[in-house]
Order: sequence, then structure tokens, then C-alpha cells
Amino acid sequence: MNPETPLTFRHYHLLGIEDLETSEILTILETADSMAEISRRDIKKVPTLRGKTVVNLFFEPSTRTRSSFELAAKRLSADIINFSLSASSVVKGETLKDTVRNLEAMAIDALVVRHSSSGAPHYIASFCRSHVINAGDGTHEHPTQALLDAYTIKQYKKRIKGLKVVIVGDILHSRVARSNLFLLRKLGAEVVLCGPPTLLPLEFSKLGAKIEFNLDKALVGADVVMMLRLQRERQKANYFPSIREYRQLYCLTQERFKLAKKDAIIMHPGPINRGIEIDSALADSVQSVILRQVENGVAIRMAVLYLLLGGKERESSD
Amino acid sequence: MGGKVKEKIKAKIMDANKIRRVLQRLTTEILERNRNLKNLVIVGIRTRGIYLGKRIAALIKEMEKIDVPVGVLDITLYRDDFSELETQHMVQKTEIPFSIAKKDVLLVDDVLFTGRTIRAAMDGLFDLGRPKTIQLLVLIDRGHRELPIRADYVGKFLPTSRKELVQVKLKEVDGIDEVLITEPVDK
Repeated sequence: MNPETPLTFRHYHLLGIEDLETSEILTILETADSMAEISRRDIKKVPTLRGKTVVNLFFEPSTRTRSSFELAAKRLSADIINFSLSASSVVKGETLKDTVRNLEAMAIDALVVRHSSSGAPHYIASFCRSHVINAGDGTHEHPTQALLDAYTIKQYKKRIKGLKVVIVGDILHSRVARSNLFLLRKLGAEVVLCGPPTLLPLEFSKLGAKIEFNLDKALVGADVVMMLRLQRERQKANYFPSIREYRQLYCLTQERFKLAKKDAIIMHPGPINRGIEIDSALADSVQSVILRQVENGVAIRMAVLYLLLGGKERESSD
Repeated sequence: MGGKVKEKIKAKIMDANKIRRVLQRLTTEILERNRNLKNLVIVGIRTRGIYLGKRIAALIKEMEKIDVPVGVLDITLYRDDFSELETQHMVQKTEIPFSIAKKDVLLVDDVLFTGRTIRAAMDGLFDLGRPKTIQLLVLIDRGHRELPIRADYVGKFLPTSRKELVQVKLKEVDGIDEVLITEPVDK
């Protein structure tokens, strides 16, 4: 029979990067590498998760993440249903717990949850039998985004350890920044956070990041520049005087990008506000790997679904 | 395999010389049955099937001066015991950088046992294209089939009890060429 390498992934849910071991992160990245091949075939499907049911439970708008999970599940032959806020009983006043309980009564195996409240997936995981995957919770974590970012960086740079990664923009509201910070630090990269002081709390230095308010200074010698979207829907106060001023200080322009290393790559979790956080031409340039990130997202989510849904029912370790 | 479970060696079935001769004989059989070698491709099942496949390709090259491409198939995603395994297994890459459509595919594995690996491998192959024929080569056929599957080329038929393990070791992976029958030791 074929050799059987046991895995080092023991979690029942994927709620965040913070509670993953480094070896578990590497297992996900390695599994994704094998999954990527499936999407390049003529028949983009394997029978692995036949008979499993996955529910996309999205309480916030999303195109990329939702369709990425949907494709990932379908390529592994799982059944998937989409559940979005506007079409649900939530608008009729049903509680989150009741919604999940009702879905579970229909014998599902996994829930992919996006919610505007930080900790919502953790709350769901506390009472439900299904595997819970956090697809973004408020301003807390977005683990699969950080995993696909790391996978993309590895593809271009062959390593993560020792790289200088600059994350720019609205750090305060960004779950992408948090998950990336946890992950990149675990894998040994240097992480520099950059943004206006109102959107960049100094507390982040306690998590192992360097803080820099001046974008030009931050960019010097960078291997990876990750631009974040200005999340105007979460900004209840005025964090900066005007979009125009923000653009002047924190927009990644051709001129500024020259400060980074010659072979630096540009990343963005999307959706992009062209001309606000990044020059439109730069977003489409050869150094931009934004579409590769989207492509890799499917492989990463296939890996996560495979690792969580395979094997016998395990004792919950979360 | 191996690792934590203690096992004792019951018999040594083949050494390096024997393995080499068996592969030579099997290669001759392949050449006899496949007149159009240009249509032949080899697909090795991870892990030891890959190296057996590469050795056969080298022997064909030696005898007929023809390069037969060798691909690698990982069957983890096609296993039928996916939901029952105590621990999952690492998915590794399938690397078949050529089309298998309309080809004569020679599937290579080290040991033929229940036949489930071969069932999974054939499902995997069909997802990559529609081969003209699939032939199966194994170094050892140890019996105990659970599916109606048989090999076209067999290095050695080896009657075993279900308790026993057949271990094929190859230089490329294990540092030595040999085939052993072992049995787990009860504590």
C-alpha cells in the first residue's frame, strides 16, 4: 500500500491563526500545494468529500471568500449551500444560536462563518457539533486569508523566514492584518505595520510588529507590501481629515514603491479601492500578485476543508 | 509504515540482485505485450511505485532505446476509507506532466493486497483523461483481494497470512533493496 504519513493537524475548528501551531500552519500550506494541481486539470474534481455537507453562513457581504469556499467544497465533491443575511430568517428576528441549531438539524458537517461581530464563530463553535471555519469575524481574524497570503509569498519568495513584510492601511479595523501578523511572526518574518496613528494602535508592538507611521520609511527594503482596504463601513468616527489626505500619505504610488526591494511583490486582500490605497496601474503591474492570491485561495480552502472533515470523529481539541 | 509498532522479521524474500532480475523479466514481458512502445506511459503509485516505474523506464531505454515518460500518482484523495481513518494522511502531489488520453498506461505499485489502492488509482487516472488501456505491474502479489482486480505483471506471488506485513524496501527511499515478511509483535 502507499506510505502513509500521519498529519500534524489536530484541530476540530479553524477559528484563528493565533491558536495554531507552526507545524499545523505548514501542514495546511503543504496540503494546499497538492490541492492546487486539481484546479489545473480538465476535470477539476476529486471524490474525497462525497456525502459531506458544508454551509456558507455569511452575515456580511463577500464575493471572493464565499465563492472561493464554494469552489473549494465543490472541487472536493462536498455539497454546499449558501446562506446570506438578506435571504434568511435573521431579518425576521431569529437569534444566531437558533439559526445554527436549525441548520444543524439538517445534518450538516461544516459551517463557514462570516460575521461582523468579533468572536461570533467562537460562540458558534461552543455549542455546535459541526466543524466551524472562521471566514472573517469583525475586526478579529480571517485565518484563510492569512494562509493564502503566506502560500502566495512562499510561491514567489521560496521562504517566509527573514522577509520584511509591510502591511499598510487601516490596521485598527483589519482582521486580515491581525491574522497575517500572527502567521508571519510564527513563520519568522519581520512585520512592519504602517498607517495613520488613529488607525494604528501602539499595542500592536506587543504582538511582535514594528510600528511605522511614515510610509516611505516603512517601505525601504521591503520584500512584500500588503495594502489593506480602507474599511469605511467600519469607521464610525473620523479617523483622518479626508480621503485626499489619506491618499497623499498612504497611497502606494509608483514613486513610493521604488523604495522597496527591486523584486518586491504587492498584495491586497481585495476588494481594491483603486486610486485610494493603491495606484490603479500598480495594482495591474507585473509585481502585483493580487490575482494569484485569489487563485491560491481555492487551494488553501480545499486544504482546510480536507484537513477538518477527514478522519474519524475526533474529540474536540479547541 | 513501521515506526511505533514493533515487528519481527519472518523471512527475507528478495535481495537487491533478485529485485533487479525480477524487474528485468517484467520489462521483457512488457516489451512482449506492448508492440507500440511509443504509446506507453508509466504511472507510479506513491511512493515506491514511482521508483519501480523509473527503474522499468530505464530498463526499457536500455533494451529498446525508447524514452517512456514516468508520472506520479497520489491516491490519498481517492481512498474509500476516508471517513474511517483514525489519522488522516498527508495529501501529496500527483505529477503527471503528460496526457494519458488514448495512451497505454502501465500502473506500477510495490505490493498488491486488497486491491483498494488500485481501485483508487484507476479512479484517479480517469479524472486525468481516458486511457486506451491500463495495465498493472506489481513487485509482490500477496493475495487477500477484496475487489475483482488482478495484475498483468507480477514479480512474485507470495501467499501470506493477513497478520503479516510485506515490506518492499528500495534504495531510493529506504537505502536498501529488499523484500521482507514481518509480523507485529504482541506486547
